[in-house]
Amino acid sequence: MQCEVCQSKEATIHLTEIADGVRTEMHLCEQCAQEQGVGTKSYIPLNELLSNLLSAGPKGEEPAEPAESEPVCPNCGYTLDKFRDKAVLGCPNDYEVFEKQLLPLIKKAHDGATCHCGKVPAKIPTDSKKQLEIAQLRQQLDEAVRKEDYELAAKLRDKLAEFK
Amino acid sequence: MKLTEISGNINEWFSGEGPLSDVVISSRVRLARNLAGHRFLAACPATEKAEILRKLKDVLMALDLGDEVFYIGVDKVPALEKRFLVERHLISQNHAFGKGPRGAVIARREFFTAMINEEDHLRLQVLKAGCQLSACIEQINRIDDLIEQKVEYAFSPKYGYLTACPTNLGTGIRVSVMLHLPALKMTGQIEKFLNAAKALGLAVRGLFGEGTEAAGDFYQLSNQITLGVRENDIVNQFEKTIIPEIVEYEHAARSQLLSHDASLLDDKISRALALLKNANLISSQEALFLLSHIRLGLNMRKHQGASTPAIDRLCSLGADVGDAGNAGTTDKISIVTVNRLFLLTLPAHLQLNYGKELDSTHRDALRAQIIRSALNG
Ligand SMILES: [Zn+2]
Ligand SMILES: [Zn+2]
Repeated sequence: MQCEVCQSKEATIHLTEIADGVRTEMHLCEQCAQEQGVGTKSYIPLNELLSNLLSAGPKGEEPAEPAESEPVCPNCGYTLDKFRDKAVLGCPNDYEVFEKQLLPLIKKAHDGATCHCGKVPAKIPTDSKKQLEIAQLRQQLDEAVRKEDYELAAKLRDKLAEFK
Repeated sequence: MKLTEISGNINEWFSGEGPLSDVVISSRVRLARNLAGHRFLAACPATEKAEILRKLKDVLMALDLGDEVFYIGVDKVPALEKRFLVERHLISQNHAFGKGPRGAVIARREFFTAMINEEDHLRLQVLKAGCQLSACIEQINRIDDLIEQKVEYAFSPKYGYLTACPTNLGTGIRVSVMLHLPALKMTGQIEKFLNAAKALGLAVRGLFGEGTEAAGDFYQLSNQITLGVRENDIVNQFEKTIIPEIVEYEHAARSQLLSHDASLLDDKISRALALLKNANLISSQEALFLLSHIRLGLNMRKHQGASTPAIDRLCSLGADVGDAGNAGTTDKISIVTVNRLFLLTLPAHLQLNYGKELDSTHRDALRAQIIRSALNG
């Protein structure tokens, strides 16, 4: 494979990384990699993150074949192994199918957050909207309790009660 | 549209204008979106990718953006044009050299791009000159709303906008600013900036991203957390806290250079001028590095009224600032002259404007010639 930068030398350095929200594969020759200062910036090395967070058991005990209970997405056919290999998911449904296993990775990537907060499509059904508000209130409540802001926590609890 | 219609000129976001433009070159907001009812791209066969491309292209080409839009079949254009689009920040490296049916819808004035079938089905981007993140988010939201009237996005009440990679989950937003920090670098304080960014969970990269011959004192700063934080809160944090602080650091470093290290500053500017006006071969790394010092000198005059022997000499320089249309007009050198040189001497820009591919020695010669004739105008 040719180096992407100089387009002449053989690429010997292959990287997958996330920066700026873009997952990028880079294939560079040694000289160009050095010129680009590859590896010196504050990227999240995705592969490392994945293998750390998704490894099922202690190292060296990885089963050669997926265990019987290994979930498979019926929509795209992805397994966790496939995700680990590709570093991207197969379909929106995977967030449900692999929720338990993805959660530690989601938390790690988003500073502990597990719930969306922000823009919502106008088309979303009303009961989903309600569900979203409840989830966000819960998250705010957790945060308030963690910060020992009991006054705010009480207010949020009242709000939550109104939904039920 | 032919790319050579835009390749000879500078674009809006690199005009050197806008708030805080002596430090903040440009502001960008990106949104990642996927269509409901389709698999993510990694699990899509080519036929499904082509279907997604067709669907989104039709929707995007019909949008009223207040500007002419054009479509680039990224999978079909020659490698040189792909590299040009990357240099111009219109598409990502990933999009340029990815696989399968994919394309980009671009506003002629280059403030907006939609990448179709990059890592997600849709990546929207709005770019503006200077520190203008609020304006970027406002505009991109409006465009996103228009698109959402025509398609259904993959969205979960719990996790927000669903993205192929969990690191973009939630808002799918990526806010970034491009900064020019030559004085922090010269005074040996750039590490402080890098560490502060890291502590805030922000990513730092070079100006022209990976895969281009980037160098100089340019840094792109962006958020990494997309879940559990509102879009506007991220933008506010950048505009109210992060950017003003960095701008203040850089200004303090510029003042420090003037008051304590004027000879160091003058030496850098004089050397840059001497090399740029006389060299026969200049690599794009070297050009970025030297032009960075010229840009610093001009901005210190414009914004701080700095006067040193080298800055005075620089500011009295005549320069060829003509656009393609009225070449040969000579005026005093300005930030626009320098920004033009930054952009037009990048490898793919050089070759596209020259009309054919060149090896690196010929590129370096052509680059040196363009810079020489601009600065000796
Ligand atoms: Zn190379
Ligand atoms: Zn799936």
